[in-house]
Parts: sequence; C-alpha cells; structure tokens
Amino acid sequence: MVIPKLALRNLLGAGLRTWLNVIALSFSFVAIIFLQGLYNGMADQMEKETLDAQYAGGQYWQSDYDPYDPLTLEDAHGKLPVEFQQLVTENKAVPILIRQASIYPNNRFQNVLLKGIAPGQTILSIPTSVLITDEETIPALIGSRMAKSTGLKIGDYVTVRWRDANGTFDANEIKIVEVMKTVVSDIDNGQLWIPIETMRNMTAMPDEATIVILEKGSQFSDKVANWNHKDLEFLMQDIRALFLSKSIGGSIFYIVLLLLAMLAIFDTQILSIFRRRKEMGTLMALGMTRSKLIQLFTLEGAMHAVLAAIVAAVYGIPLLLYVASTGYGLPEATDSFGFALGNRIFPTFTVGLIIGTTLLVLIVTTIVSYLPTRKIAKLKPTDALRGKLT
Amino acid sequence: MENSYLIKTENLVKIYPMGLTSLTALDHINLSFKKGEFVGLVGPSGSGKTTLLNIIGSLDEPTEGSAEVLGEKIETLSHKKAARLRNKHIGFIFQTFNLLPVYTVFENVEFPLLLHDMSAARRKKLVLDALKWVGLADRADSKPAQLSGGQSQRVAIARAIVKKPELVLADEPTANLDAENSHHIMGTMVDLNKELETTFIFATHDEKVMQYLKRKISLVDGKVEKDEQLIKE
Repeated sequence: MVIPKLALRNLLGAGLRTWLNVIALSFSFVAIIFLQGLYNGMADQMEKETLDAQYAGGQYWQSDYDPYDPLTLEDAHGKLPVEFQQLVTENKAVPILIRQASIYPNNRFQNVLLKGIAPGQTILSIPTSVLITDEETIPALIGSRMAKSTGLKIGDYVTVRWRDANGTFDANEIKIVEVMKTVVSDIDNGQLWIPIETMRNMTAMPDEATIVILEKGSQFSDKVANWNHKDLEFLMQDIRALFLSKSIGGSIFYIVLLLLAMLAIFDTQILSIFRRRKEMGTLMALGMTRSKLIQLFTLEGAMHAVLAAIVAAVYGIPLLLYVASTGYGLPEATDSFGFALGNRIFPTFTVGLIIGTTLLVLIVTTIVSYLPTRKIAKLKPTDALRGKLT
Repeated sequence: MENSYLIKTENLVKIYPMGLTSLTALDHINLSFKKGEFVGLVGPSGSGKTTLLNIIGSLDEPTEGSAEVLGEKIETLSHKKAARLRNKHIGFIFQTFNLLPVYTVFENVEFPLLLHDMSAARRKKLVLDALKWVGLADRADSKPAQLSGGQSQRVAIARAIVKKPELVLADEPTANLDAENSHHIMGTMVDLNKELETTFIFATHDEKVMQYLKRKISLVDGKVEKDEQLIKE
C-alpha cells in the first residue's frame, strides 16, 4: 500500500499540472461513454423499430423471392400452405403479397412496389387499419418519404398500373388514405400498401403471398415446401453490418480524444522523469529499488485515470442522465443513414459500458505511463543525485 | 578481529571514463571505521570525498578493490540488496537537503520508514522522536518551502536518523548554511552521535565543521594524505 499512497501524494502535490491532465482525460471519459451510449441507443432503437415495423418474429419467403433482385418478383408468389393459413387465422402471422407496379403522380412515371397486407393485422406496427374503408376506390397507405418524393398527400388519387398473374397489364385509380410517419425507410420508399384481398383480386392471385411475417417471439420454423424460413439473425445482418460500419466511423472521434489525453499523460511522464531525477536519486538513497521507483512513477501516471474517472463522474453523471432522459435530437439528414432512426436518440448507458470504458482508459493510461519509466531501469543513484539521466 | 570494523576498504579504486581518457577519483584507499566514530573526509573539490562516501553508501561501486560495509561487500551487492542496506542501516544527508517538496516535514521524515514493514503508530512515534531530536516537532505539518535552510537540513538529519541507522553519511551538510546554522547542525549531529552511538562520516571542506570532528581524513587527488585522530575515543 506504500506505493499507491506515495503516488497519490506526488500526484496531488503536482497541483495544476495534474488537474489539467485529469480534466482533459475526464473529457475523454465522458465523450467515450456518451458516444458509445449514443450508438447503443441508436442500435437499440434501430433494432426495435425495424423489428416492430418490418421483421417482427422472422419471415418465410416464397422460394423465388429475392429482395435484392426485382426481376424475381414476377414469379415470387405462391398459395399459402396449410401451416401458414392456420397461423394467419390465429393472428400469429401475416402474409404479404408483393408485385412491381408503376404510378403516375403529377404526370410523372414512377416504379413502385405494390404490397398487399391484411388491414386488420396487428403483427407489424404499420397503421394498416386505415385501409378498412367502404369506398369503391382502392385505398392506399404510403410513408412520408414516398409522399415527399411523389408529391402525394392524403386524399389524392393516382393511377397505378400492374401486371396480373398472367402477365396482363391492368390499371386503376387508388386513393391515398394515410401518410404514415415511420423511421423505417424500408417500408416507406417507393411502396404502396393496399389491402391484400384487393390486391389478390387485382393480380388474379387468390390466396397467394410473397412473404409471410411471423408474430414477435414466434418459435415457428418448420420446413414448408417452396417457402424458406429466414430468422432474425439473417434478416438483421445487413442492417447490423451497416450500423457497425457507422459506429466504427464514429469511434474515430473518441479515439482521437483519447490519444490527445494520452499525449498529455505521456508528456507529463517524460517531463517528470527528466525533471525529477534528483528526487529519484534521493528515493534510491533512502532505499527504494528501481523496480519500486518504476511502480511509483507508473502508478502516478495511471492515477490520472482514477482521478479523471472521479471528476468525470462528478459532471458526467448528471449530464449523461439528462441526455438519456431528454434524448439527443438528430438532424433530418440522418434519414439517409440507411437504418431506422427517430428524430431523437435516447442514449443507453449500461454498467458494462461504464466499467468497460473505465478499464479501457485505465489500461491505456497505465501503458502510456509505464513506457517512459523504463528509462529508470538504467538509472544509477549517483547520476540521479547529480540530476543526470544515465 | 576484522569484523569489529563497521567499514573497511582495501585498495579501493574508482576510475571514471572521460571520453577517450579516464579520471582516477580514488586511488588505492585503505581505511577502516569503527562504530560511533565522527569522521570528516576533508580535501579540495575533486579529491574523491563524495566518491568515497557514495561507495560506502552503496550508491556506487568500486572499479577495483573492496569495500566492506556492515558486513556486506559493496562490489558484489545486487541493486536490491544495496537498496535494502541503505534503507535499513544507512542514513544520508545531502548538501542541498534533497527534501521531497510535495511532502510535509512529517512525511519527509517518515519516508524511509514507509519502506519498512512497520505500523503507522510506530512510524508516528519514531518520526516525532526524530523531529524532537532536531528541535522541529512543531513544524511537522510544514512544507519544505516554508522552512529556512537550517531547518531544512535539520529535517534531512531527522530523516537520516529516524530509523536509527548504524551509519550516517553526510555530503557537505553545512555548505549551504550560514555560520550559526552550521554550528547548530553540527551540534545536533554531535549529540546524536553520543546519544545513539551512530557513526557519522562527513565529506566537507568547511572549516567550521573541523572543530567537531573526532577524526579527520585528508584526501588529495584520490589518495589519503593524512588520517588524524583528533579526539581520543
């Protein structure tokens, strides 16, 4: 316990120099925890929103369906097998029929995906109940991004043209009954949601679907002929990879911050070893070994991180709690990130994140503090007493 | 009996390499010191006083010859054993006091004891005893910057004697002090020498110190020129 006691005495005795380093390092602490918390919050929000609105408890794809190849949509439809029919009846799954179509808003041509969904479904957080209407016109639900790109608004009529199961072109007018605000762009951009039975009639595909979405927490993963099960691990992999690349980019900021703080610690250690040679000589004359001296100086440097953690806690905890409760506003441009984000992100600060960050900063600071002290290993007591570095 | 000596040097040589040439700081020194001696190593600058003190204090090693201090051969001591010898048995007093500036007087004096396995209560008692010996018990909470030169050197003496070592080595202890403080310091060390039977060896060229010495060893160019017993033991 002697070395930590001495290290703390020396550190506090160094006054302003110590506190400047400590404050700089505490910024790194808070910034790392804030940014990591923000990314954790983003990841949580992104996963939750995507699951709620798009994937729920996993999907079955008709065997010809490939979302990355629009040409497959022509053939990607099939009769709902008995297994699915029962799930749909029990409201444990919802079928979706997907076809390519084109619309002509404001005399412009635009390709869209026509998606048929049961208006009464509750598996996805899409407000499909607006599609329940007595009107003759086909009701359609679109997202706000789609509304913006096409100039369509609630009450507008637009011509839609599609091909039925036999390849025959047909067209009709649809009425925009709702513009939904969703953070999941994959259910919004270029998509028209209409009642599935209407769509089945339009396309001459009775009882057919392209995909079947299972309810959240569903354990159903039986083999079904001509239908492929896609679990959440598979469905989320692209979005998680995309998020990972974004978070790695974001990490650069706190790595730079940490490096700057480490530079200050390294500089202080180098300076200490040059300026405090006589003190080292005195300590050696008083019976301290070189290894103890190295421990003392390393610990002095490492204790910057301990003090920084305390200082960071003093102003960081109230600040981060405030941000966690009020959220962090995001600019409009974040829609182009490619994953589901709301207008506000609520950072998630976990115990693991805080302990992990503290350990990371402590380990890095200890290594940085140790490196310059290796010079002490060669130090001769007589040279040190004369203020000379061997 | 050989072991009745606290310190014994035989043909002690110290040569410092100086670029292409070398400097002989100690040239075949043969000396011995007994317990309780009060010895001054005197001589001009460069005569080898500090070098001899450093070797005796296990801060440096001889180039040739042997130095036996408290039964330990300095030339064969490992760094760790040398550190232990200094910590347990040898006290140092420096010309520039070498107090640790961020520590209080109490903490400075306590420092050598921190490296011992000792309870806080025992440490406190020993530190306060040492500060009483040097007359600074009331300045225990002061920082070195708040002390005069004489007071600083008295703290250094307290630090050197707090562990009650067999040997105290003092390198020019009065060089930075005025006459009054020099006499005060020397008086303190004489008292400690009597009371604790600690052996004191000084490196000095200060005339004021001479009158206190029991033995005076004159060094010139690394050789013993004269070894005089001034006061009979």
